[in-house]
Amino acid sequence: MHGAGPNLAFWVLAALTLVSAGGVMVSRNLLHAVLFLIVSFLGVAGFFILLSAPFLGMAQIIIYVGAIAVLVLFAILLTPRAGRDNGETRWAAPGVLLSIALMAVLLFVITDTKWTTAKDAPEITAADLGQALLSTWVLPFEIASVLLTAALIGSIMLVRSPEEEAEDALQ
Amino acid sequence: MTVGLEHFLVVGALLFCLGLAVALSKRNAIGVLMGIELMLNAVNLTLLSFSRFQDTPHKVAGQTFVVFVITVAAAEAAVALALAVSVYRNRQTVDVDQLNLLKS
Repeated sequence: MHGAGPNLAFWVLAALTLVSAGGVMVSRNLLHAVLFLIVSFLGVAGFFILLSAPFLGMAQIIIYVGAIAVLVLFAILLTPRAGRDNGETRWAAPGVLLSIALMAVLLFVITDTKWTTAKDAPEITAADLGQALLSTWVLPFEIASVLLTAALIGSIMLVRSPEEEAEDALQ
Repeated sequence: MTVGLEHFLVVGALLFCLGLAVALSKRNAIGVLMGIELMLNAVNLTLLSFSRFQDTPHKVAGQTFVVFVITVAAAEAAVALALAVSVYRNRQTVDVDQLNLLKS
């Protein structure tokens, strides 16, 4: 990273992402938590662009902010009586302690290791990515598409209402 | 002070641990799912920072991996939210403390 621009962008994005992730943790109302989650996703998309992966940054905005956040919002609105409360379970304290311990281990590993880093960013365009997906990684690509189809059909089957199922059984 | 690989890794680690704390401490199943999404985002961020800063012959590999992680995250979110709605229909709650049907 050279120059003041990328450095400033890094600190702004880091503050934005981490503060809004903390907002997901502390907000009582689940709808506010989703809004914080969206801001956090946008911060991560900014990081992707900063890390010379603009295509993935756009994909992050379209998929996470556009699709997954809206899906979560729909799920909250479809579970009205339970949906708004974002309180803690009785296992909250051990969970938070565990994540603090994990954070300590990870920070120790990151600061203790001598990383050998390349100076310049590799030039990767969306065309390179598409070529790699359809040549070297074509089998995982096809498996991923089958997985997406299966997940779609599975979730439609799961949320079908009992009346519809009874109608289908009669035919 | 210029920003290097360590800075991105630290942000990824902090985001992952925040997501883990959310996933382990929320009572609402949809809140747990939000924590899991945060963790997946942190993993993607870490993968991309390694792909940007490491000198390797396979330059596209890191970004390809991120594409697959995003795909699996989308599938996982769809199925998990469908499960939450379906559980709510049967039990009128998505409180993970009360969903203990398998516990005798």
